[in-house]
Amino acid sequence: MTMKRLAYRRWTDRIARAMAALAAVFGVVVLGAILLTVVYRGASALGIDFFTLATAAPRERGGMANALLGTFYLVVLATLLGVPLGMLCGTYLAEFGREGPLAVAVRFACEILMGTPSILIGVLIYTLLVVPVGGFSGYAGAVALAVIMIPVVARTTDEMLRLVPHELRESALALGAPHWKVTLGVVFTAARSGLVTGALLALARTSGETAPLLFTALNSTAWPRDLTEPTANLTVTIYNRAMSPFDDWQQMAWGASLVITSAVLGLTVAARWALGRHCR
Amino acid sequence: MSIMQSQKVSDDVDATAVAPTSKIRARGLSFWYGGHQALFANDLDIAEHRVTAIIGPSGCGKSTHLRVYNRIFELYPHQRAEGEVQIDGTNVLGPTTDVLDLRRRVGMIFQKPTPFPMSVFDNVAYGLRLEKRMRRSALQERVELALRRAALWDEVKDKLRTAGASLSGGQQQRLCIARAIAVEPEVLLMDEPCSAIDPVGTAKIEQLIGELRERFTIALVTHNMQQALRVSDYTAFFFEGHIVEFGETQQLFERPAEPQTADYVSGRFG
Repeated sequence: MTMKRLAYRRWTDRIARAMAALAAVFGVVVLGAILLTVVYRGASALGIDFFTLATAAPRERGGMANALLGTFYLVVLATLLGVPLGMLCGTYLAEFGREGPLAVAVRFACEILMGTPSILIGVLIYTLLVVPVGGFSGYAGAVALAVIMIPVVARTTDEMLRLVPHELRESALALGAPHWKVTLGVVFTAARSGLVTGALLALARTSGETAPLLFTALNSTAWPRDLTEPTANLTVTIYNRAMSPFDDWQQMAWGASLVITSAVLGLTVAARWALGRHCR
Repeated sequence: MSIMQSQKVSDDVDATAVAPTSKIRARGLSFWYGGHQALFANDLDIAEHRVTAIIGPSGCGKSTHLRVYNRIFELYPHQRAEGEVQIDGTNVLGPTTDVLDLRRRVGMIFQKPTPFPMSVFDNVAYGLRLEKRMRRSALQERVELALRRAALWDEVKDKLRTAGASLSGGQQQRLCIARAIAVEPEVLLMDEPCSAIDPVGTAKIEQLIGELRERFTIALVTHNMQQALRVSDYTAFFFEGHIVEFGETQQLFERPAEPQTADYVSGRFG
């Protein structure tokens, strides 16, 4: 009887372990398949032309350089807007609001915003910045990306600052330093790699966004010269070309996918690395 | 009642010596963590240029009492103090007190060493840089002086640029002491400064406390009775938020007036 029970337990343990391992392998296989497919189909599209020429009509010689540059502008501008705002918000949550009612509400709002479909953010910015101005613009695109960044940066900043031991704050305050100086000079320094990680993760997340740009920056075949105009960008270009019936356009979409996937992967790995250093 | 008794006895013993003046006077000091009362009408005098030890079992309110003196507890919204803490006759719990100035005058050393994430030099210079812009050479002088007074200079003079956190635990604690005394406070509050430090480091810090009492008024929370006996001039015994007995250290340890004190200092509980 006892032997039977033991055997039963041993088998349920084995089955549970096998299912967990299977699920883990499934996740890795899917990621691996995506990466392999993107590399396999996209690598051949990458050449000098891809990185130097602007997008062109089907069957004509062209590249992705204007979209690359446009995405770069949009992401940089979004980062300049979103990261400082997000960090300020996170600083408020961790240092000043803490468990107060406003902080609890803001934290909750951040969680909701992080789970909001990004297309809704695109539509929101469309009604706020595109309709009143009367046209799509790179600025609207950057603002949409920044809005997606803010809650991510705010929550990671909040978490990272809360990891800083209370004793450190108290020691600095006990020297007669005002709270804001303690926050900037001591708490931020102690949490710096965590803060960098948060910013990088937010950057990685937003640089691959398409939906919020569809309603804001739109896309363009021209070089991005003026961000008050519709602005070329990689993700919407991928969207357009992958849907097109032209082989060479689809080929370019694969190439662009490879570039953006590598960039996001690179940023994420960099963020992990920075966080690893932080926790050591 | 007990306070009166011990003080009376100590007056007799110390009749010829000049009685030190009280730097800090706590009067009717009570404290709450939310709805939980942790201190009950504490009266305590911290003598100028002396070491006053606060002893008692864990959770008796020693640290809580100390943390009122520089109002560091105010960082936490649900903590509340009532009563008076007079420093040089002024109630620092009053609404007109400049908290930043109070904390500059009343330095604090914590249980765990808390080097800031910066170099040894910048750690000590942190408080100095808060005050006013200082010439580089003047700053260097003040940092060196503080490190010398903290008996750390010889060990770190060649690594002022290395991270404060790279020092040993005992050295880190002396670095924190250097950082606190660099701004020339009048009072040093020490909250179990040796509890995370090995015996050798502890011995150094205890010796240092003996030297620092020349310049500063020191209030020392400790769970180590031998330490209180070794370094302090006066001792207060706390129990469950009340000050059971207060008097000269020798007196309190050798001839305690209260049975509770006698039980505690003889190791029968706590």
